[in-house]
Amino acid sequence: MIVRIWIGFVIVFFAYSLLIYFQADDGNLEGKPDAVVLDGWHTWQSKNCQACHQLYGLGGYMGPDLTNIASAPGKGQVYMDVFIRKGTAKMPDFHLNDSEISHLVRFLVWVDKSGKSRVPGGAVNWSGSYSLDH
Amino acid sequence: MSPFLKLYFRFALLLLLVTLVFGVLAAWAFVMPELFSRYFPFYQLRPFHVSAAIFWIITGASAGILYYKREVLSHHPLKTKYKQVFIILWILSILAIFFCYSFRIFGGREYWEFPSVLSIPLLICWLAFMASYFLPVRSPIHPIPQYVWMWSTGIFFFLLTFIEQNLWNIPWFRESYVRELTIQWKANGAMVGAWNQMIYGTSLYIMVKISGDESMAHSRKSYMFYFIGFANLMLNWGHHIYNVPSAGWVRNVSYIVSMTEWVVFISIMRDFRKRVDEYKKALNFVSYRFVVASEFWVMANLLLALLMSIPAVNRYTHGTHITVAHAMGTTIGINTMILLGSLGYILNVDKYTGGVRNLINKGYNIGQYSLVVFWVALIVAGLLKGYRTAVLDIPDFQTIMQPVNSILTVAAVAGIGVAIGFGLIVFSYFKVLNDR
Ligand code: HEC
Ligand code: HEM
Repeated sequence: MIVRIWIGFVIVFFAYSLLIYFQADDGNLEGKPDAVVLDGWHTWQSKNCQACHQLYGLGGYMGPDLTNIASAPGKGQVYMDVFIRKGTAKMPDFHLNDSEISHLVRFLVWVDKSGKSRVPGGAVNWSGSYSLDH
Repeated sequence: MSPFLKLYFRFALLLLLVTLVFGVLAAWAFVMPELFSRYFPFYQLRPFHVSAAIFWIITGASAGILYYKREVLSHHPLKTKYKQVFIILWILSILAIFFCYSFRIFGGREYWEFPSVLSIPLLICWLAFMASYFLPVRSPIHPIPQYVWMWSTGIFFFLLTFIEQNLWNIPWFRESYVRELTIQWKANGAMVGAWNQMIYGTSLYIMVKISGDESMAHSRKSYMFYFIGFANLMLNWGHHIYNVPSAGWVRNVSYIVSMTEWVVFISIMRDFRKRVDEYKKALNFVSYRFVVASEFWVMANLLLALLMSIPAVNRYTHGTHITVAHAMGTTIGINTMILLGSLGYILNVDKYTGGVRNLINKGYNIGQYSLVVFWVALIVAGLLKGYRTAVLDIPDFQTIMQPVNSILTVAAVAGIGVAIGFGLIVFSYFKVLNDR
């Protein structure tokens, strides 16, 4: 009996995994990343930016969430460039070259297009869940 | 105990020590970045801390299972070669990871911040561990005790989720950011479920052995809880990414499945009085005391987790230190507590009186009280940040964080207490290991 339930669970796991891989992203507003974005993504990882920053609230908490900084009022690409180039008292200067910086910025512009990190109050429905528009 | 296993226990305890030291350093680098940013920046300390923590848990859990399975599973000569390959390669891989961190070489994924080539030796290690666990078994004992189910489920799903965690290396998975993020947190969330299976299995095993009541491992109720845990392992991880714009059903499946844990919570609440009585009786039993203490932390953290798993609440708590309180509340309060109980049981620390015993008791008390303050401070810090972000809608990060940082200073001070408390226990265990 337990063996059968166990096998059933494992089958559900694999089926649900496939469903997630192929269907979880039904929007793809950001489109496929080009080589520049992928390079920026690589720098984001190799400098471990996520140890201090979050994307969609996920990461370390020392610095701000950067998901939508590219489209935030008063911020945007030049603003990001300055921060990354100079660092601050709290954020180290990584001594990145021009192309690394511009690719990082392009990566964050790409992430910004995928959606909003903050859920608007109006999205919460009666069940306590949200419906997020794409 | 074989010399290999002894080495492995020492290594596990060493990882816990590294976790504690780097946790304290990271916390102070967080509140005083100007002081640390040049030589020990937060982004370097945090990977040391988090990787050491995760490897302490997996190493501690697998160490216990390697030891106990001899009593339970195999009636055949051990395939010790696999075990030895696992132990040696595992230790070397983790040392290589710390070596990379020392030179600021990162792979930069949350919780797995090392270059991803190092996942290859880790994968080989796990396969060797699985070989040493499963291969010697010819005919399983009947009926299979529940802790064996839990260990086996945990070991098998750790393999699956570890592979899944590395799928991003295949370009297709990076074609959509939402897809990549969803799968990353599917793997992370389910992996925590997998190691919890190994650890809860161990906790059940110790309780059965100490009480001598084998029926605990065959009851209907505990099987129901096992399957609730199993379903949550597979399906509840979506509560990490409620705000990510993946398909709506991902969110709803996780919401519904997460809520099944209320059954577990209510049942623990109902048994609360009984537990308090048992706790009083068990005060003299070091290993049992750790296990029972872990149940109080299960209760506290489960309530927090259940609330955070309601999307409407998660809107305020996500991306704040409440997540950190949840992560460390569970990894310290539950996982570390059970693993220290398990190691204490294996080392038979109850035999010792005098110095070692007093040190363990002292460490236990300091650790518990400091952990309460630490945990509460992190929650308060998170609530404050959530309130200032989602309700007051303050745009500037510095302004949001100003009062939050004062509370995090309290957490950083309490963290020193946690480190001293658990450090004393580790120190005592080292002494006992040397005596044997
Ligand atoms: C040691 C922690 C740390 C690391 C590592 C770090 N940052 Fe920061 N970053 C911060 C902090 C803290 C701030 C907020 C400004 C301040 O308080 O000085 C910030 C601010 C920023 C900002 C401006 C955000 C805003 O909304 O004003 C950008 C852009 C940024 N960081 C990008 C990056 C990138 C890209 C990386 C990786 C190359 C990175 N950061 C690595 C700590 C860090
Ligand atoms: C057994 C002991 C411990 C374990 C198992 C442990 C585990 C963890 C885990 C899993 C995380 C990741 C949390 C997340 O990002 O959501 C974490 C983060 C952290 N821990 Fe610990 N921890 C331990 C002790 C400590 C101690 C004693 C301190 C000292 C105050 C500490 C300070 C921190 C800090 C500062 C972070 C980073 C939080 C951030 O990203 O802002 N930890 N720990």
